[in-house]
Amino acid sequence: MKKHVNKVVILGSGALKIGEAGEFDYSGSQAIKALKEEGVYTILINPNIATVQTSEKLADKIYFLPVTPYFVEQVLIKEKPEGLLLSFGGQTALNCGVKLFEQGILEKYNVEVLGTPVQSIIDTEDREIFAGKLAEIDVKTPRSKAVTTVNDALKAAEKMGYPIIVRAAYTLGGMGSGFCSNPEELKLRADNAFSYSNQILVEESLKGWKEVEYEVVRDAYNNCITVCNMENFDPLGIHTGESIVVAPSQTLSNSEYHKLRELAIKIIRHIGIVGECNVQYALDPYSEDYRVIEVNARLSRSSALASKATGYPLAFVAAKLGLGYGLHELKNSVTKVTSAFFEPALDYVVCKIPRWDLNKFTGVSRQIGSSMKSVGEIMAIGRTFEEAIQKGLRMVGQGMHGFVGNQPLKNKDVRTELTEPTDQRVFAIAEALEQGMSVDEIHDLSKIDRWFLEKLKNITDLKEKLGEYSSLEELPDELLIEAKKLGYSDFQISRIVLKTHDHQMEEGLLQVREHRKKRAILPVVKQIDTLAGEFPAQINYLYLTYNGTHHDVEFEKDGRSVVVLGSGAYRIGSSVEFDWCSVNAVETVNEQGFRSVMINYNPETVSTDYDVCSRLFFDELTLERVLDIADLESPKGVVISMGGQIPNNLAMRLHRQNIPILGTSPEDIDRAENRQKFSSLLDDLKIDQPRWSELTSIEDIYTFVDEVGFPVLVRPSYVLSGAAMNVVSNREELQHFLELAANVSKQYPVVVSEFIEQAKEIEIDAVAKNGEVVAYAISEHIEFAGVHSGDATIVFPPQKIYIETIRRVKQISRKIAAALNISGPFNMQLLAKDNDIKVIECNLRASRSFPFVSKVLKVNLIDIATRVMLGLPVEKPNKSLFELDYVGIKAPQFSFARLLQADPVLGVDMASTGEVGCIGTNYYDAVLQSMLSVGYRVPEKNILISSGPLRDKIELLSSARLLSEKGYNLFATSGTHRFFEENGVKTTLLHWPDEPEKQPNTMDFIRDKKLDLVINIPKNLTKGELKNGYQIRRSSIDFNIPLITNARLASAFINSFCRMSMDDISIKSWDEYK
Amino acid sequence: MISGLKEVKLVLDDGTVFKGKSFGFPKSVSGEVVFNTAMTGYPESLTDPSYKGQILVSTYPLVGNYGVPSKEEEFGIPKFYESDRIHISGLVVSDYSFEFSHWNAGHSLSDWLIQNEVPGIFDIDTRELTKILREKGPMLGKIIIDDEDVPFYNPDNDNLAAQVCATEKLIYGNGKHRIVLVDTGAKYNILRCLLKRDTTVIRVPWNYDFTQEDYDGIMLSNGPGNPEVYKETVANIQKALKGDKPIFGICLGNQLMGIAAGGSTRKLKYGHRAHNHPVKKVGTDTCYITSQNHGFVLDTKSLEKDWEPLFVNLNDDTNEGIRHKTKPFFSTQFHPEASSGPTDTEFLFDEFIGLIEKYKEAVVG
Repeated sequence: MKKHVNKVVILGSGALKIGEAGEFDYSGSQAIKALKEEGVYTILINPNIATVQTSEKLADKIYFLPVTPYFVEQVLIKEKPEGLLLSFGGQTALNCGVKLFEQGILEKYNVEVLGTPVQSIIDTEDREIFAGKLAEIDVKTPRSKAVTTVNDALKAAEKMGYPIIVRAAYTLGGMGSGFCSNPEELKLRADNAFSYSNQILVEESLKGWKEVEYEVVRDAYNNCITVCNMENFDPLGIHTGESIVVAPSQTLSNSEYHKLRELAIKIIRHIGIVGECNVQYALDPYSEDYRVIEVNARLSRSSALASKATGYPLAFVAAKLGLGYGLHELKNSVTKVTSAFFEPALDYVVCKIPRWDLNKFTGVSRQIGSSMKSVGEIMAIGRTFEEAIQKGLRMVGQGMHGFVGNQPLKNKDVRTELTEPTDQRVFAIAEALEQGMSVDEIHDLSKIDRWFLEKLKNITDLKEKLGEYSSLEELPDELLIEAKKLGYSDFQISRIVLKTHDHQMEEGLLQVREHRKKRAILPVVKQIDTLAGEFPAQINYLYLTYNGTHHDVEFEKDGRSVVVLGSGAYRIGSSVEFDWCSVNAVETVNEQGFRSVMINYNPETVSTDYDVCSRLFFDELTLERVLDIADLESPKGVVISMGGQIPNNLAMRLHRQNIPILGTSPEDIDRAENRQKFSSLLDDLKIDQPRWSELTSIEDIYTFVDEVGFPVLVRPSYVLSGAAMNVVSNREELQHFLELAANVSKQYPVVVSEFIEQAKEIEIDAVAKNGEVVAYAISEHIEFAGVHSGDATIVFPPQKIYIETIRRVKQISRKIAAALNISGPFNMQLLAKDNDIKVIECNLRASRSFPFVSKVLKVNLIDIATRVMLGLPVEKPNKSLFELDYVGIKAPQFSFARLLQADPVLGVDMASTGEVGCIGTNYYDAVLQSMLSVGYRVPEKNILISSGPLRDKIELLSSARLLSEKGYNLFATSGTHRFFEENGVKTTLLHWPDEPEKQPNTMDFIRDKKLDLVINIPKNLTKGELKNGYQIRRSSIDFNIPLITNARLASAFINSFCRMSMDDISIKSWDEYK
Repeated sequence: MISGLKEVKLVLDDGTVFKGKSFGFPKSVSGEVVFNTAMTGYPESLTDPSYKGQILVSTYPLVGNYGVPSKEEEFGIPKFYESDRIHISGLVVSDYSFEFSHWNAGHSLSDWLIQNEVPGIFDIDTRELTKILREKGPMLGKIIIDDEDVPFYNPDNDNLAAQVCATEKLIYGNGKHRIVLVDTGAKYNILRCLLKRDTTVIRVPWNYDFTQEDYDGIMLSNGPGNPEVYKETVANIQKALKGDKPIFGICLGNQLMGIAAGGSTRKLKYGHRAHNHPVKKVGTDTCYITSQNHGFVLDTKSLEKDWEPLFVNLNDDTNEGIRHKTKPFFSTQFHPEASSGPTDTEFLFDEFIGLIEKYKEAVVG
């Protein structure tokens, strides 16, 4: 029965970061839908403006405020809700809720936490309480003992049995930790660990055990179900966020499956969860022995995955349970007739694979292990494991074509890779198998279960057989069919059978496709229905497979289908903002009476929620698969401009296959995408651009640099290691970069562009119809050009650019829109310095900032763009950026804390993993809200400034003066100290990290957490500077001290908190900004 | 690699033909085609006597992954099987896993099928097949290999219990409660669940007049086929219902108890064969996930007035159990002994033992 709750606050998870990504947009959106269905007035606090959950149609009220106790309390005071939902916003929301509870704030304002009680959350979060709690019901957790001497460590290990793990307590980044197989190793290791800490933990080692998870649901009547179990392909030792995961489990017997299921239910009952939780186990591969590793008393990445893997909407159901319903009182939302109290039966297998972007960071280790580094994930569905994993490895989108048929791994020793895995391990298995290594040997090195390896071997065995043929005519149908059943793409078959050269791949794969179609070798469409076909499903949640003979659905082929291509795996540079665009496009398609067809495969998204569109194909965004679907749908057209670069790159290729592309014509898209063509277009239009050249030899590069002068931006097309792009300021650096990072040749040209310093960067997001701009938003970056637009702090409407600049940006946009005959969304980035305006980039698709500007302007640019693409009339919005009485600021979120050793510095390549967007009554208000939302804190007392180049020192001088006046204690490294002193600002000198003998030293201050804010501006790429600066930056991150590395941003932040106190920050919901 | 393997056909009595590849024992067979949506537990299902006469379709596509456990014994019965042999007539799957991996595996599924002379067919669109069975209702079928045709066979016309149950009285364990297990094709896990609870189990054939035995309680087991053919069993149950000793029925046992109490049975359009069926205890908000395997269902309308429904299926409202309003008799359509499947309702065995203890106290008192 439903409780009497009329008004609730739900907490979001803030910006996307490693370990807390799009899955919480999905969970939160589902929860809000559930609450709305019950007529509950819902107030959402989430500064992540690019999410779907912060859209108008969902929550009744939205606060783009930091999810911290202070701000949540302010909202509680203002809104007086009866209930609070904590479990839909990840760890951020949970931690905030626990603090509010501990501070007595919830009690004070009489706010009830709906769903799992806070005490249950605390019981699962504290390791010791947790282990004790489970011991009460005889459930095993890993044995662990804290000791203070080597002797005690030896005794503890003796009792536990080797191997064991030693962990130094209270250290960061696992310093001093490691495995020990015998007393000698332990003695050495313990000696070392005691140098970091006076207490160490001796824990039993479960390395090599299977890792299995269950998603468990409980209602207030004590009814429980496990919705899904999942098995990690990678055994224990690798974080589940870093593992390939399959659902359901593949190598567990019935007895193991149900033993762990029974335990999960026992645990959820004992802890007293109401809603959803996840139980992670280690399972001995040689017996039924197990340990409970972790319980997450909230919706999680795994629960989002489980929802997508099964079709069971966990978050939706959990929200209803929080309102007091029993599971048996709810319906299965797929069949609409059967009960929500059931456990899904799958008739397919899913495979989740993480997406890493480690090459975006300098200094970071590529090894994967117990901490999470991946930035996104994909889910692949098949009716064989081979089909699912091959699909999945393509979906990850890092240039791989499946398990085989890829370029060989570079500089990798296969054996090392198998024992000490990096993000490339699965491909090392492929190489090992192809080199003839046995399954047993691979198992011994990797501890991956033989079943998975045997399945992978089926793929390599078949490759060998396929390779014996060299034409499609001689290839037996039976073999071709088998290849497709094992998930081979036309690309792979082309490469393996036709031995197609790289530059003819498109022809090759189309040849395979044509042959296949002639031989009627085609995929079938199957439904995901939660009940393995036992009951008819009412939804169209679909995937394609070759392991079947019949379609589950019929296609109308009435020309009313509109296919929207989604954005694929979240990655640095493409995440939830493109999901918002896709979902909004789909909504407009629905509203206009068309049949919306979504293709996407990212389980963290709202676009892959089957209730968003008429038909969801949870499948690949490859040319092959999109053509397969287009053949079935015969659509009115395909929208390629909403999902970022993946669909954009398909535009021309689909167009060549006569697939109707909605919006701007693919030829015009190509004119903007192709550097040469776009450049000459700008020249024709007399629009300025930074000088650039595509060069194929080192000499040419020097000649060009002599002409334009340093600094220059260098973009190699073939990267050896390190960042793909860099700004270099002198000959030495250029030489260094080219030697280290790039290969220069005719085949791999390098693009060198003039780099304009101290220039403002301006963006325009706009929609045009038949070449005429119908709506636009112009915004400015706080940082000067040189910081990637995804890492920049963006202000909309712009506060500090000339009216003339705005006018000229508009004029340029109009010219370009007309020249490219744009119909749909587009985005341009421009530089403004003095009176010069130069275009640096133009994308004829929706951009990262579309949700931000749409929500601040309160004009949905995606809706307008979609109407344009559907050929419907649009009216120009009667609102302009000049009329806004408030300011929006979009700020980046970095995840450096997760990326051990990575240098937290910003450059021309994007490094942020997420963003927030806040609205304030003025610039400072918005700056503070957004900076606090991404984890900065207003400093209490001590600030270190290490300000790099002279111009940054000058930039920071007035801020430093302001800080000084406000009574802050300023510390500075030598150059900055001298400069400030000469200019009358008193600072205390802190010595550089490489002079540890000199006191006081920066490192001691950081380590002892005596600093509240560190401002470190990198000067140049010289070695000593890099090392010292790096140490300061890195240890600030490691010791959780807010760090700013850009002088302009530092000034903005300092000015904001010096001019406004916390109490001055607006507590206003989105609709209150008018 | 599947290319090159022997082709086999699955033919349904509506004329539909599915082509697949052979694994297991190469022979043609016929039976009723039924599907099960469980994702684990093929060694248990294949040895479940209730599947006698049936060709089993696994909707979960990947089968054989963890091999088959060896024939280790405990309590004088195989530890990991539900009977001494495979009872299904044939097995239909989508993706058979030739290689298996498990610490407890003795041999591959295919080898085990060969030992038991049971054919398997894979590379079949089992989802399409399931949808046909769902839409068209009970369907006979046959697996044809080497064009060696066999006639269709309807197991509902036969007394299958006689083929699968114990042929003589057998005694297991030496516990304090004496339980008669009426074996109409009992799964061994019923035996195990009883033996774990300090019992002596007297296992008797389906038509054995157990009322003459010295016992404290009666366990009516699961079993194959049409409940209406178990006339002798029903007659014996009716005798027992006159007394006051606790009776617990499972699956077929629920149907037979129901018939004995005035109810009737009918065949479902397609049976419940799954690990995920939700049941609710009547009159409460308490629900359980249960393991099920039945093609017939009890109609409770004509039950005598002393009886009432105990559990109901949340998906289709069919009966999932009954009880006597005053006497210690109850039964479930689902399988509280699980194996395979969820173990949520194993506590019913404790309740049964509790009833026996209460009965004994009352008698002594």
